[in-house]
This record gives sequence, structure tokens and C-alpha cells, in this order.
Amino acid sequence: MAEDKNVKNQRETENEQLSLNDDRRVRVLSPGALVVKRFFRNRLAVVGLVMLASMFIFSFIGGLIMPYGQAEQFYTYTYLDKEYVGVTRNNDLRYAAAEGQEFGALLQSQFLLALGKGNTEYTYKDVDYHYLAEGTDFYSIWSGNEILAIAYKDIVSAADGMADPPFAVKYEALKLYSNDETGAFTAAGASYTLDADGNILQGGEEIGYISRFVVQSKEAGVVVSRDFKERLEEALEDDITEFVYTGEDGEEHTYKVSYDASFQVWSVMQETETYVWDQYAQPSAAHPLGTDGNGMDMLVRLMYGGRVSLVIGFIVVVIETVIGIIMGGIAGYFGKWVDNIIMRIVDVFYCIPSTPIIIILGATMDNMQMDPQLRMLYLMLLLGFLGWPGVARMVRGQILSLREQEFMTATEACGISVSHRIFKHLIPNVIPQLIVICTMGLGSVILTEATLSFLGLGVKFPFASWGNIISDVNNSFVMTNYWFIWIPAGLCLLITVLGFNFVGDGLRDAFDPKMKR
Amino acid sequence: MRNFIIKRIIMSIGILFCVTLIIYTLIRCLPSSYVESMAMQLSSAPGAKSYDEWLAQLNASYGLDQPILVGYVGWLGDFFQGKFGDSWKWTMPVMDKFRSVIGLSFVMGAISLVLQLIIAIPLGIIAATKQYSKADYAITAGALVGISLPTFFFATLLKLAFAVKLGWFDTHGLVGRNYAQLDAMGQLLDKAHHLVLPIATLTIISIGSLMRYTRTNMLEVLNADYIRTARAKGLSERKVIYHHAFRNTLIPLVTIVGGSLPGLFSGALITETLFSIPGIGFTSYQSMIVGDIPFTMFYLTFIAILILTGNLISDILYAVVDPRVRLA
Repeated sequence: MAEDKNVKNQRETENEQLSLNDDRRVRVLSPGALVVKRFFRNRLAVVGLVMLASMFIFSFIGGLIMPYGQAEQFYTYTYLDKEYVGVTRNNDLRYAAAEGQEFGALLQSQFLLALGKGNTEYTYKDVDYHYLAEGTDFYSIWSGNEILAIAYKDIVSAADGMADPPFAVKYEALKLYSNDETGAFTAAGASYTLDADGNILQGGEEIGYISRFVVQSKEAGVVVSRDFKERLEEALEDDITEFVYTGEDGEEHTYKVSYDASFQVWSVMQETETYVWDQYAQPSAAHPLGTDGNGMDMLVRLMYGGRVSLVIGFIVVVIETVIGIIMGGIAGYFGKWVDNIIMRIVDVFYCIPSTPIIIILGATMDNMQMDPQLRMLYLMLLLGFLGWPGVARMVRGQILSLREQEFMTATEACGISVSHRIFKHLIPNVIPQLIVICTMGLGSVILTEATLSFLGLGVKFPFASWGNIISDVNNSFVMTNYWFIWIPAGLCLLITVLGFNFVGDGLRDAFDPKMKR
Repeated sequence: MRNFIIKRIIMSIGILFCVTLIIYTLIRCLPSSYVESMAMQLSSAPGAKSYDEWLAQLNASYGLDQPILVGYVGWLGDFFQGKFGDSWKWTMPVMDKFRSVIGLSFVMGAISLVLQLIIAIPLGIIAATKQYSKADYAITAGALVGISLPTFFFATLLKLAFAVKLGWFDTHGLVGRNYAQLDAMGQLLDKAHHLVLPIATLTIISIGSLMRYTRTNMLEVLNADYIRTARAKGLSERKVIYHHAFRNTLIPLVTIVGGSLPGLFSGALITETLFSIPGIGFTSYQSMIVGDIPFTMFYLTFIAILILTGNLISDILYAVVDPRVRLA
């Protein structure tokens, strides 16, 4: 209790000590603090400030946090159906001449003619020929007692790594095969066996096989194994669309089979993993905004794009302001003919159609295939150089009215140098309006840069910018189906420009107390 | 007053000379890609002259071999006779091409301006009379959103919503597929239908600044002494605002709208390009991209003249409406 009383007493004595003209009696705010207070009372301005702060954090800090680079491409595996083998069923007669005999194209066609007519005996160039139907689609052609050749549709092929079977073996084997028989046979003094699968065995070793199907590998360097062919042929007999094959390593492979009726060809497709750019991937945990047409992460592109847009905006506005202050300051301070000349230059600059000029220069730089980095620099210089007259006009107007005020007469009376008078006493008084005009200008510069990049005439590919990210919508498929490519970029742009405008508007109101009731 | 106008006109002509000289110099300094690619094409024909010969011949025929100043004087002579030469891209006289496309741009601009006035002025007045109310915040924020919207983004959003998802409009072009089969009325309606989205884009993008301008001026007027006097007289608030205050707000509005009238002819370069509407903006965009010097020169001069006329009109109007600023 006693202590409490003590504290109270102490306070009272403190209050008494404050005299009437003591600063601490009323809370005094500096003009700057008043501006800050007025600014924060404006809700829109505060919203704008929050928007800007979040975009800055997003662009400048986001890019550091994200693990990906701005031009880092992502790859993915996709399954593509590639044609593995093509299978044809042989429908043409093939010929094999006996050893020491010739059975050329002319003789072949004579035989075909006779076969078509059904004449088993025919004469060509005074030589008599006859043929025997030895089985289904299997004929032997004779001249007298001598066998000339055989004609067959079931093809006799050598087993893997074996020499082509001799004529006699083919003849005997086909004789059995075409009559659906199996068993042992002898040919050219050796004994062979034909098994149910059409394999020709010599003493247990496979030397060849017979089949109606021709299997061709469609991929270079791939040898289709005999086992695969056999299974496939079996499968093809009963109209399948899918074929499962267990390879030697025990792995099961599934092939898709499609039949082209007009060419009588089966194509056997194998699903292969292919390594490709991860184009237009939907948003996922790894890529929160998906990927773009080059397989780059959209979120990272947005961050780096924001960096480029903001930095370009700042540099352009700095160039504008520096030229504007110098020209406007000189014109406003000196007046008379200096003012006249500078203001005519400003008038001329006002009349130069800036958008068309920038478009023309952009198209020219396209033509010269300029380096994207250099291009960005030129773009900034150009925008800054075309934008200064607005600043100059404002600065001049302000200085014209400030010049007549008493404090300027005082500076003159004090003998302060001219440059000092302009830049130390006049310009600081213009700063409030300058800040407003620069804030609003930042928004419009960012818009101009985005529009140019959208048209493909501003910031170019390896660099991202919000404008050139949105330019993907020129592909109407992207516009319709991949919202995550362009809508976030547009929103970022809108939020940033809106933020600058809100803050600029709030600053204008805060600096100008007249506007408040 | 007459002296003031004459002085302003003479000054404008002087500025125009400077601007055209700058534009001419700039365009002449560019690597003339169009001529080069044409020479490349012509020289690749079988049995043709060499590239250098073609380049020299083309440059001579287009007057590109003269020094810049001589070329400028020549161009100026043609300009005063109304000769702008033949467009390289469109292979027809520049003026013919211009006449065929300017009407469309003007119609688009005029409709959009009328819409802007109808919407922006009442909203601006409402915002000013109810300063710091919810309505004021909404209108101010809306105006700023309009100013901040990138044209291309907004146009794409409109396309996605109304052309792709709802299917009400086409995304590109001025005429539909069956345009040739329609009668005159149908053709007009078809064109009007295709202009809905571009005009909506133009209006919404440019409405914000007019709205803010109205609001600022109205606020200034409402703080004036004569408004306090009017209120003190016991006039109804309605009469104060719509009779006394509004008329005074009209002064700056008339000057700014008058100044923007010539701009109706300049076409909307970006919007027309986005919607492939064949107005002056899209036409000159295509010409500029390929480096068609005659058409580009004409377009840039035309725009410069429009800007100058706009400034002149708004200065004169300002002097007419507000006698206080009449300078000798």
C-alpha cells in the first residue's frame, strides 16, 4: 500500500513539473509522422502495402527458398507404345530349287500359270514339266524324273545360329508338315525328326523350323528369339489383342497385338518407358503449380518472373525520375528561354507514339536475334527514356510555384549556390508528389513490360517474366485446358500493379491534407 | 482568344515537324529487315541477280539510298501532297488500306467512349458525395482494378469465360464462318456480335481513370466556398450536388473528354491485336512487325497528329469553358 502511494505521489510530482510550453504535455507529431498516420488510416492503402509486401517476398525470397532453378527442366517417364515386331502370314508361294538346278522367275511364272489352269503337265520351250501336289500349299516340280524345285507357303527357316537346311531336308520335312504329319524322315543319308511344333531335329538338336508366319523385328538390334516367335504364332491363331510372354529371365512382358486386315499384318506393340520433358504437368506436391511447355516448374518461373518484372519496373522508374528531376528542375528554376526549350522538348516527347515505337524496336531486336540479357537492358533504357517527360512536367510545375515563396528568397539572400538551391531546397519540397508519381509509374511500367513480353517483344525466353509466361495462351489448347499456366501469372501481375496503385493513391491522400474533410 | 488559338496551332505544327523528323530518323536507322528479306527472296530465284544488286535496286526504288535529311525532306514533300506511298505488306496504297480499316476502329472507340461516360461519371459522383463510405471504397477500388488490369490478361479471361466455356462469342475475328451467306442486316449483327468482347475489354480497361478523375474533381468542387454558400442558402442536397456542383465538375470533364476525341481514330492496338479485329491498330501492328516502312511512317505520323490535336482541343476547350485561364 505504502509503495503504491509512493508511486502515485511520484507521478503527481512529475505532472506538476511539466510546464505549459513543454513538448511532452501534448503529443506532437512531426509532419512525416502525420503522413504515416494518415496513410495507415486509409484501408485501401494498407491493403495495397500488404499486397506489395507479399509479392516482394514471393519474388525475391521465394526464389531463394525453392530448390529449383529458373530454367531447370524436369523430365518424366511416360509409357509409349512402340512397335516391337511385325508379323505377316505368308500367302505367296515361295520356291526353292534343288541342288544343281535352276528355277528362275520365268519358270516360276510358267508353273503358276499351269497351277492356275489346273494343268499338272505343261510345256515351256520344248521341255516338259509336271508338278505334284504333295500336301496343302506344297508342290514339287519335276522335269521327267528329275526334281527341279519345290513351291511352298510354309516357310522353312534355320534355327538360331544354324546354317540353312539343305534342299533335301526341306523337301522331306515339308512333305510331312503340309500333310499334318510328324515323325522321323531321312534325307541325304541323315535321319531327322519333325515334331508337332514344326521343329526339325537332327539327333535331338534343332536345326530349323517350319512356320506360315514371318516375324520381323521392328527395332534395330533386337533379335526375336525362337521361343517368342513360337508362342506368338500360337497366340495369333486364336485372335488375341494381348499377348503375355515370359522371357528367359522369368519376367513377364505384355504386348498389345493389333491386326491390320487390309495388309494382313499383325503389329505387336511393346510399352516402353520413354524419358521426356514433363510438359504441362498438373499441379502436384513436387510442382504446386504444375510445369510449363518446357517442363519447367511454374511456381519457380513465377517467382523469377516477378523478380524480373519488379527489377525492370524499378530501374525504369529510376531512369525516368533522374532525367525528369534534372530537366524539370532546370526548367522550373531558370524559367524564360531555358524553360521554353525544355518544355518544347517535353512536348515533342509527349507526342512520340511510344507503344508503336517500342513494338517496332522489339521486332527489330527479334530480327537481329539479340542476346536476351542485352535486350532486357535496352528495353529498360528505352522505357526510361520515353517516360521522363511526365516527371519533368510535374517537377517544373511544382518548382515554378515554390520558387516564388519566401524561403527561396532567403536562400538567395544567403548566397547559396544555384545547384544547391535547386537540389537541396527545391527538390526536397517536390519529393512527396514525386513519390506518388513514381509509385503509380511503377505499376504502369510493369504493365507495359508485361504487355511487350506478352507480344513476344520484351523479355525473352530463358528469362521468365509474368508477361511472357502468360503468352503461352496464344496456344488456345493451353488457354482452355491448362489454367495453372496463365491464371496465376495474371493474378500476380494484377496484385502487384494494384498494390502500387493502392499505395500511390493512399500516399497522395496522405501527403495532401487538403483532401481530407 | 483568336491569338491564343493561332499561337497554339503554330506551336503544334512546329512540334509535329520535330516528331516526324525523330520518327523518320529512327525508322531509317533500323536495319531494314523487310527490304533485306525481300532481296534475299528475289535473289534466290533461278537466274536472278545477286543479293547485293537486288538490295541496291530495292533501296533505290524505295528512296532508302539517300541521306536521312534529304529523305526526310522528300518524305515531307510527299506528306504535304497527301502521298504516303504504297504499303509493302498490304501491296496497296497506304491511304486505301487506311480508309478500309479506320471506320471499324472509330466505331469501336466511339461505342466504348459512350459506355465509359455513361458508367464512369455517375459512379464518380456517387463516390465523391459519399466519401469514405462503403460505396466510395468499392468504386475507388474498382476503378483502380480497372487501371491495373493488364489488357491481355483480362481479354484472355473474357475469352475463356464467354467464348470457350459459355460459347457465346468467337475468340477471334470480326466475322463468323457463315458471314457470306447472311443478308445485309445479318452481316451487321454478325459484326456487332463479334465486337462485344473487344468493346467490353476496352471499356473496362479504360473506365477507371475517368471514374477517378470525376471523383477527384467532384471532391474539389464540393469543398469550394460556393457549395457551402449554396448549402447555407438552404438548398436541398440534391439541388446542391446535381445543379451547382455537377456543372462545375463538367469543366475539367469536358476538356478531358474533348481532348480524347481524336484518340477515337487511333485504334486500340493491343485489344484489336488480341481479338484479331482488322482495325487500324491490328493492321499497323502487322505492318510494324514485318518492317513495312511506308505504312509505319504513316501510322506514327497519324498518331502524333491525333495526340497534338487532342492537346490542342483540350487547351482550347479549357479556355472556352473557363474564362479565367484565357491567355493572350
